[in-house]
Parts: sequence; C-alpha cells; structure tokens
Amino acid sequence: MKKSWIIGGVIVLILIILIGNSIGKYNALVDREEAVEAQWSQVENVYQRRADLIPNLVNTVKGYADFEQKTLTDVIEARSKATSVNVNPQNLDQQSLQKFQQAQGQLGSALSRLMVVVERYPQLKANENFLQLQAQLEGTENRITVERRKFNEVAREYNSMIRRFPMNLFASSFDFERKAYFEADKGAEEPPKVEF
Amino acid sequence: MRKHIISFILIAGFLITGLQAQDIPKRPSPPRLVNDLTGNTLSKAEYNQLEGTLEQYARKTKTRIAVVILNDLRGYAMSDLAFRIGEEWGVGDAEFNNGIVILVKPKTGGDEGETFIATGYGLEGAIPDAVAHRIVTNEMIPHFKKNEYYAGLNGASSIIMDLASGEYPPKEYLRDTSTSPLAALVPLLAILGVFLLMRVSRARSYSVGHGVPFWASLFLLGSLGGSRGGHWNDFSSGGGSFGGGGGFGGFGGGSFGGGGAGGSW
Repeated sequence: MKKSWIIGGVIVLILIILIGNSIGKYNALVDREEAVEAQWSQVENVYQRRADLIPNLVNTVKGYADFEQKTLTDVIEARSKATSVNVNPQNLDQQSLQKFQQAQGQLGSALSRLMVVVERYPQLKANENFLQLQAQLEGTENRITVERRKFNEVAREYNSMIRRFPMNLFASSFDFERKAYFEADKGAEEPPKVEF
Repeated sequence: MRKHIISFILIAGFLITGLQAQDIPKRPSPPRLVNDLTGNTLSKAEYNQLEGTLEQYARKTKTRIAVVILNDLRGYAMSDLAFRIGEEWGVGDAEFNNGIVILVKPKTGGDEGETFIATGYGLEGAIPDAVAHRIVTNEMIPHFKKNEYYAGLNGASSIIMDLASGEYPPKEYLRDTSTSPLAALVPLLAILGVFLLMRVSRARSYSVGHGVPFWASLFLLGSLGGSRGGHWNDFSSGGGSFGGGGGFGGFGGGSFGGGGAGGSW
C-alpha cells in the first residue's frame, strides 16, 4: 500500500518536471523565433534606409547636365524593383530570402556602378551635398552588412536549437521551421568601396 | 608537378582563410578606453591625458568613447573591425547603446593609414555618418598626415563629446566646417598669429635679458627653438597623471549597427 503511494508520487513528480521543462523549452523557442523576426525588421529597416537615400542622390547627380542618363535610370529601376519585393517575417524560407537578396543585390550593384561613373565628374565630387550623400550611402551599406551578419547569427542560434535532440521532435510538432540565411553576394563580399 | 601546384594552392588558400578568421583584439582588462596596441603611437603622457579626458566624460555622461590603435587589421575591413570591437567589448551602455569606437591604423611603410569612427545605435542621431565623415577629414586626417596622432584624436574626441551631449547640433558642425577656401584659411592665420606673438614676446624678453637688439633676437631664437621645445615636452609629461585611478565603470554591453564613417591617408 505504502509502496504504491511512493511510486505514484514519483511518477507525478516526473510528469510535473517534464511538463515544466517543456513549457520552458517552448517559451525559449518562441523567444528565439521572436529574436529572428525582430532582427529581420532591422534588416528591412536598413535596406529601406538605402532606398530612401536614392531619390536625393539621383536629384543631386542629375543636376550635372551631361551626366550619363543610363546609369541613373538603372538605379531608379533597380530601386523600384527592390522595394516591391516584400518578405513575410513569419515565413523566412530560402526561396523568399533569395528573391529579396537578389533584388537588393541588383540595386547594390547599380549603385556601385553609379559611384564609379561619378569618378569622372570632378565637379560633382567637390559638391558638398554630394559628399554628404556619399558618406550616408557608405554608412548605409555598412549598416546593411552589420544587420545581415546579426540576422545570420540569431537565425543560426535558432536553427541549431530546433535541430538538436530532443528539441527537434518538439519543434516539428509545433511547426517551428528552419530560417534561411543571407548568402554572401556574388562578387560583392565587401561593401562597394567608395573612395573619397 | 601539377599535383604539387594544386596542393600548394589549397594550402595557401587555407592559410589565407585562416588569416581572415583571426580573432578581434581582446577586451582590455582592467578596462581602458584608450588602447594603443601598437605600443608607440601615443606617448605615455599623451595616453594619460586622453584616457583621463575620456574617462571623465564617461563618468559624467555614461557615453563611452573607446580609442583603439593597431597595425594589423587581422583580415577584417576597417569598418567591420570597428563594429565588431564595439559589439564584442560592449562599448557603451546596454540600454542606451551610447558607445563610440575610434579605430586608427597608423601609416606604416608603404601601407596607407586608415581610420574609422563607429557610432553605437544610440548615437547615430547625434553623430550622423556625414558628420562622422567630416570629423575624420577635418580633425583627424590632417593631423595624422603629420604623424600627430594625439592631436588628431584629441580634436576628434572633443568634438564628438560636444556632439554626443547635444551641446553642438550636428547641422551646425557641418555648417561651421563647410569647406569654403576662406574658412580654411582662418585657423591657419590664427595659428600663424599666435606663433608670431609667442616669438615676438620671447624675443623681447631675450633681448632684454641678453642686451641683444630686439629684432636680432627674433632671428637668433629661430635656432634656439629646438631646446625650448624640449622644455615644453617635459612640462606636458609632468601633467600626465590626470584622473588616473578613477576608472569609468567598465564597458556596458552597447551595440553597434554600422553607423559611422572613415577615411584613409
């Protein structure tokens, strides 16, 4: 009689510990996922910041009558394409991230072409307003690099958490899915170097 | 033979990636704001002076300005290394993210000198990138070109301190330092004026003491300048122990998001 009480008590205790433990784990997973989504919005912010700089930059450059129109229209087109690609933060899978990165990468290379062409216009390079925009643009590219790196870090933490045993059984039954990473841009591992 | 070449390339590749993966400099312990990892860019007196100023400011405002001078970028880009140092060391407060990292790679031999000011998240408004860039080109590089590292760092940090505590709106700084040729001449003229005055007054006392005509002593002193300069150095090293023991409360976990600007010379 007494023995069965003890066994029953032990089982109840184990159950309580297990349930408490899995609640803790579930919450930890939710926290990690939230962190990934929060970091994603930081990434979107800095890309938006770059997009916001462009009209100003284009207007400043346009003032130089003989400036190559092609490079400017390329930038404007790439910008409108890039801003039209939106990613649902709840669904950060490989495909949508790749699409986003591709569109932004095109804008990035259009911008760096513009900066190369600018080298041929000494007057423009002496323009105070342009120099400020150039510093801002470079700062924004730096921010993009940093926020992307941070995104990859939190995504990696989250991914390795959901893949480890026994969390993997748990995560799959609650629909925690793997997050995609930013890949290094082809031929653009470094932010475009803008010489002053 | 071909195999050898391939394996050589592979090994070289590993070596290069190995170099790139080097660790960033360790957080100093006990915490210091001025970190001259080259060991000889700042003199002891200059280090004390700068550390004292920055610690005092950190105690007063909680804004931490860390200066890191190194010769080796360990495979990182200048800006990237500055952000990583800021993040790893936690320069600035975790709540306000009010840290600044001024990274300097002095010009050595054939390598060009580089510098970068990284602003923590919380200071991106007070010190926008365009302003950081202006500080680099106006306050730092002209001094760095002449090997006056202390003067450049001191000038930059005093402006950063004014900007960070809101005493100097960034727009005003940009306007004050905009590069009209006349504005560039003003400080030059001022320095020239001060020099002339100093020399005249020194020459006057010299002429009185030595019975040499005033104008003659003005020229005579030109050659005596060197020894006088020595005394001056002694004086400044005497005043070095400024705020030495106080500390500034260590680094606080501030975060960096890629704000700031840099330049090279």
